[in-house]
Parts: sequence; C-alpha cells; structure tokens
Amino acid sequence: MNKKTLALAQVAAISVFMLGAPSAHAYRVFVSNEKENTISVIDSEKLEVIHTIKTGNRPRGIIMANEGKWVIVCASDDNTMQVFDAKTYEYVKDLPSGPDPELPILHTSGNPLYVSNEDDNLVTVVDIFKGTVLLDVPVGVEPEGMGISPDGKVLVNTSETTNMAHFIDTSTLKTTENVLVDNRPRVAQFTPDGKQVWVSAEIGGSVSIIDVATHKVSNKIKFEIAGITADAIQPMGVRITKDGKKAFVALGPANRVAVIDTATQKVEKYLLVGQRVWNLGFTPDEKLLFTTNGTSNDVSVIDVENLKVVKSIKVGRYPWGVVSAPF
Amino acid sequence: MAYHAGQVVRLARAFRVLVRAGLWSALFALLAAGAALPKAMGEETEPAAAEAPAAVADNAVPAADVQRIPILLAREIREDRLPPLSLLDIPPPDDGVAGAKLAIADNNTTGKFLNQEFSLDIVQSAKADELVAEVKRRVDEGLAFIVVDAAAPTILAIADAIKDREAVVFNASAPDENLREEDCRVNVKHTAPSRYMLTDALAQYLAWKQWRRWFLVVGPAPEDTAFADALKRAASRFGHKIVEERAFAYDPGSRRSDGGFEQIQQQIPGFTQKVPDYQVAVVSDEGDLFGDYFPYRTWDARPVVGTAGLYATSWHPAVELWGGTQFQNRFKRLAGRNMRPLDYNVWMAVRSVGEAATRKKTNDPKELILYLQSPEFELAAFKGQKLTYRSWNGQLRQPILLVTAKIHVTLSPQPGFLHQFTELDTLGVDKPETKCKAFPK
Repeated sequence: MNKKTLALAQVAAISVFMLGAPSAHAYRVFVSNEKENTISVIDSEKLEVIHTIKTGNRPRGIIMANEGKWVIVCASDDNTMQVFDAKTYEYVKDLPSGPDPELPILHTSGNPLYVSNEDDNLVTVVDIFKGTVLLDVPVGVEPEGMGISPDGKVLVNTSETTNMAHFIDTSTLKTTENVLVDNRPRVAQFTPDGKQVWVSAEIGGSVSIIDVATHKVSNKIKFEIAGITADAIQPMGVRITKDGKKAFVALGPANRVAVIDTATQKVEKYLLVGQRVWNLGFTPDEKLLFTTNGTSNDVSVIDVENLKVVKSIKVGRYPWGVVSAPF
Repeated sequence: MAYHAGQVVRLARAFRVLVRAGLWSALFALLAAGAALPKAMGEETEPAAAEAPAAVADNAVPAADVQRIPILLAREIREDRLPPLSLLDIPPPDDGVAGAKLAIADNNTTGKFLNQEFSLDIVQSAKADELVAEVKRRVDEGLAFIVVDAAAPTILAIADAIKDREAVVFNASAPDENLREEDCRVNVKHTAPSRYMLTDALAQYLAWKQWRRWFLVVGPAPEDTAFADALKRAASRFGHKIVEERAFAYDPGSRRSDGGFEQIQQQIPGFTQKVPDYQVAVVSDEGDLFGDYFPYRTWDARPVVGTAGLYATSWHPAVELWGGTQFQNRFKRLAGRNMRPLDYNVWMAVRSVGEAATRKKTNDPKELILYLQSPEFELAAFKGQKLTYRSWNGQLRQPILLVTAKIHVTLSPQPGFLHQFTELDTLGVDKPETKCKAFPK
C-alpha cells in the first residue's frame, strides 16, 4: 500500500467512525453499471471503489454463487451470463441463458440458477457448474423479478407486461399459480419465514404482499411523499432483513428508499438517496444497505441500524444491480 | 368488407401496385370486390401469442369457459393523402395493423393464464359511409371494442352511429382538438395525442432551452393551420414570442423525381431571409410535404423544430427507455419493420381493452367500459409511468417524445412544469379549461 492509499484509507476509516457505523468486517460490494459495461467493486469499510471489472454488454442482474467464490452477472445485450472470480476479478466463463437475461437467482442449495429472459417470455434453469440449460419455463410477457422461498421449494417470477407473479414449483418446474399484481411488477422477495412474497410494481406504484399459502394478495402498500407526484413513485428493489422486521423498498425517480415495519406494514421513514434508485443490497452482516442510483451514477450507503444515509459513492454509468460478499 | 389479416396484407400489396400505377379506378374496383368477399365473422381469430420453443415445460391452462373478447380495427383508406417528402416516411401497408396484432398477442399471453382469448378483425374502406355502416352492423351483432384509424369526421360518424350501444371507440389516429373538446363524445377514447399535447410538449422543451423567439412557417393545408394554431397557443402558454410568421405556399408536385434539390437549395435560403432576430424556426407541415427542406438550408444558422427537425410524437422506433428495447424487438419480430406512432397508438388501445379484461376478469363490455373510465384504470406502455384516461374527455394522458429522425432528444413534460395532480396534465387541455360536456362530472 503506498502512502496515498494509506492516507485515503485512514480518512475513510475516520469518516466511518464519525458516522457511527463501524463495521467489524469489510465486504466487497459489486455494482453492475448498465451503460458502462463494468462492475464497480467497493470496499464496504473504506466505502470507495477499489476495482472495476470489464463485462459484456449491458450488465444488469448480479449475484454471488459457488459459496461466494463467483460473481455472476447478466450481460443482457450479449444474451449470456458471465462468471467472474470474486477475489481475483478474473473472468471465469459464460453461462447460457435465453435472450436478454435480466435477473438471476440461485436455488437455496446453491445450484441450479434460474434466470428471467426479458425478451423471450421464459425463465431458464441453468446448472452453473456444468454450464448447461436444464429447462425453459414459459411465463408471462417480459419476465423480470425472481424470488425463491427459504426452503427452496417455490420460485416466484414476475412478468412486466403480463403483470403477474408466477409461482413455480422447483421440483416439477411447473407453474402452480399466477397471481395478478399491479402494473409492471419488478422485484419479488420472500419474507424470511417463507409465508409472504413482496412484489413491487413500478408503474402501479405499490408493493403487493402475497400470502404464500393462499396465493392471495393480503395487502398492498402504497407510498405518499410530500412534494412528489404519485407518477414519480415507482417501487423497484425490495430487501427484507433476516430477522424479518424491516423491509426496504427503492422508489425509483422519487429518489427515496421507503423503510417499512413488516409487522404493521406501514412506512416508517423515507430516506433520500440518489436519482432513480433501482436495486438494493445488504452487506452480509446487514449493517449497511447499498442502493444503485441509475441517473446520478452513484450508490448511496444506508446505515441500517440508524436508518441514515451515510455516504454516496460514485460508480460507473447507470448502476443497476448490487450484491456483496466477504473479502 | 370483412378481411382476414392475411387478406389485408395481400390486398395491401395489390394496393401499393395500383397506387404506384396510378390506377385509382382499379383500386375502387378492388375495394368493391372486397365488399363482396364472403364474410368471415367468428373465425377471424388471430393465433394465440406464445411461440413455443422445443424444450419448454407444459403449463397450459385447461380449457374451461373461455372468455372471448373480439376487437375490431376500422381503417379509413385516405387516398387524398399525398405521399411524404422522404422515402423513409412512406407508410407501410400494415401501418397500425401490426400494432394491433402485437397487442392481441400480448393480451393473449396474459389471457392464457386467465382463460381469456382476444381476437382481431379488420375492416377498411376508402368510403367513410361504408366504413361507418360496417362498424354499426358489427356493433349491432354484439361487438364492443373498435379501434379507429380514420379522419376526424369519420371517427365522429362512427361514434354517433353506435352511441346507444355498449361499445367504445378508440381514436388512434386523429390529433384534432375538437374531437376532445366541443365535439367530444362519451363513447370515444383517444390514444393518439392531441395537437395541443404535441405542441405543449415542444414548447416546454424550447422553454427549458430558452429558445423563446420563434420564426413560424406554416404550410398551405388545413392541418398545417390547425397545427400552427396549436403552436401559437403553446407559445403564449409557455412564454414564447413568435417574431414572424410566413406562409409557405407550396405546390408539392412530384416528390419522386430524381432531381430538384438544386432549386430547393436556392429557394429555402431566400424564403428565410430577413426574418427579425429569432432563435428557432418552427415549421408546421403535418403531411411532411416540405418541412424537411428546412434543416441546413435556412438563411440564418438556426435549428428547425415543429413537424420537421425536432418533432413531438407518441412513439419512435429508436426508443429504448423503460423496457422499450424488448417492446421494439417483439414488434420487429412480428412485423418485420420498425414500429410507427400509429402502431403504438393502436397497440395502446388494444392493450387498454386487455388491461381492463385482466383486472375485471370479465368480457362484459359494460363492466369493462366503466372500468376504462374509472380512476383505477392504468396502462403500462413503456413511457416510464402509468397512463390513464382523462375523466373529462377520454384523452389518454401520456408523456410525449421529442425526437429527430434518428433518436429521441427528450421527453415532456419537462422538469419544473408542475401540476397539482399529475404533471402529464401540463400537456394539452386541462380539466378547468375543457369545453367537453359529454362526460359525467
């Protein structure tokens, strides 16, 4: 480490300390930059970009795999997924997908991977180690959000133009239920107890809470922010803490993240972040939540315990997805 | 006059040949022959959407009582329309039809999960009264959803012919303000943006740019005057000044000759000479007959906007915003060409019916029409926000694209133009100003 980086590291460490969010662990945070064809790698302790990975065209959905050794990113415009080594940042291999893959998710056992292909009304099931397609599951128009139940038995896919959450049995790979939600559903997220799926609807401006046992929408959360018209409130990324108590919802061009008490299903607070906030990702210890802000080319860092935005970090152009892993 | 979509394509091909040959009488004969073709009511169903690749899991819904929802596209063939200046702007024979087909396919992808089946039928004629009579006949037989690509008087005639029925007309083509205002009809919805919406969208952007001194050039057609009137209203609404207005008296003559630019190169600089200091030339030429002569030819080095240069539109084939890429790809796979604004307007109309049927889970026209007009209805149409119908005149609220021939420049409403309910209502006639009285308050 040269003198300059050392000094920078000290400054970063001090600022983190002053902000009251000391972190015992440092994590690598991977941010896909849709327009720049890169992944920015952020050190969660220094809160700065430490590396930039060149990717294929239009990187969007991004996950960790192979016990944290791999970063998998959808190179949407190359109609493929790419695997990078999470530590060396070296390119490992491509994984097959359908046309325009958008969002991948792993089975709870670590394999296979399910990916929504926005341009083909299909969810593709991929063996990540063999690099083979196991099956294509037909769903609605423009498949998008992917959620998996904590027991790994149920996969939920949302389709943007069909406006449904499709429940897929992971053992038979057949759709068992199609639940209508509001317009342009984006992200599907199970609660840690597996009893609910939260589905955000970008154009509908709501989050539908689907009861998994009955497949009924038990509640719809709407958002109201003084001074912001309803048109600009476009829910997208959804993350729920492991204890199941708090949910965070990114509201797109409203430039806010809503904090929701899952017990009352009411919004507790709106946190001002960057422009067109899109996806959300916790660090593994859930002390920090990173938000990708598409239009302002940065990520905001939220201190989860104190519900404060502690920093913005400039990344590449049009940051889209975010995931993190230990060093 | 009832055609299968396939017949339409074949007829359209014959059409083009005849138009090229100038054989208008033969064209009439063809249409008359079409009128005598056996009617194909009830079996015109378009194939359902899903193109199934080989290794695909079987997720078919068992066929129970399928709710059938037929939709009619009524096209008025307007042979008085002159071909546009640029070869690139010549409408394809299936302009609008392909948009309807894509929307039917999109509706049916959702429909297969809900046991609903949408079908498309097309009628077309160069004679407005024949078209009106055919639509009326079908509505009498129970048809409820009619998408119309026609001139404003024909749209009104259709609306009035079916006014006591459970049926709704979608205007996908006419920008005329009177259809939304003094001549509004409670059974007409407008997916095509109005002239005021288009000119307000442009004026907002020019205000954002601070290009406030306009030189207005108006063509000889009545539509050019109407568009110029809309521009003048927008100018006064958004604080612009028209420093000079000139009428471009232009006999379009033959647009397909292989010479003539030498004269245009002389003519346009002369025409645009000695204009008081201005920032932007605003051209009103809805038929695209001369506007494209202006960019790069004005006496002063000024940008050209209006109907040429930078223009306002509901859709552009290069838009990739908000999932537009997938939408454009789906269209191109289906139609083998780029999506045009008319295709998009028709798509929105057919999708509106689909969206209502999805939400209400019924094919009952009364319930669906009621829902379309309710505040609960919302359409996602690749514009980054929900689109809804204005409660006071049935106009679909929508962001308007400002584009060049190749790419979008911006999208209005522009930041900073505020509204107490929705910023989309800064475009066009707002509720307090409307002259439409047909809609329940």
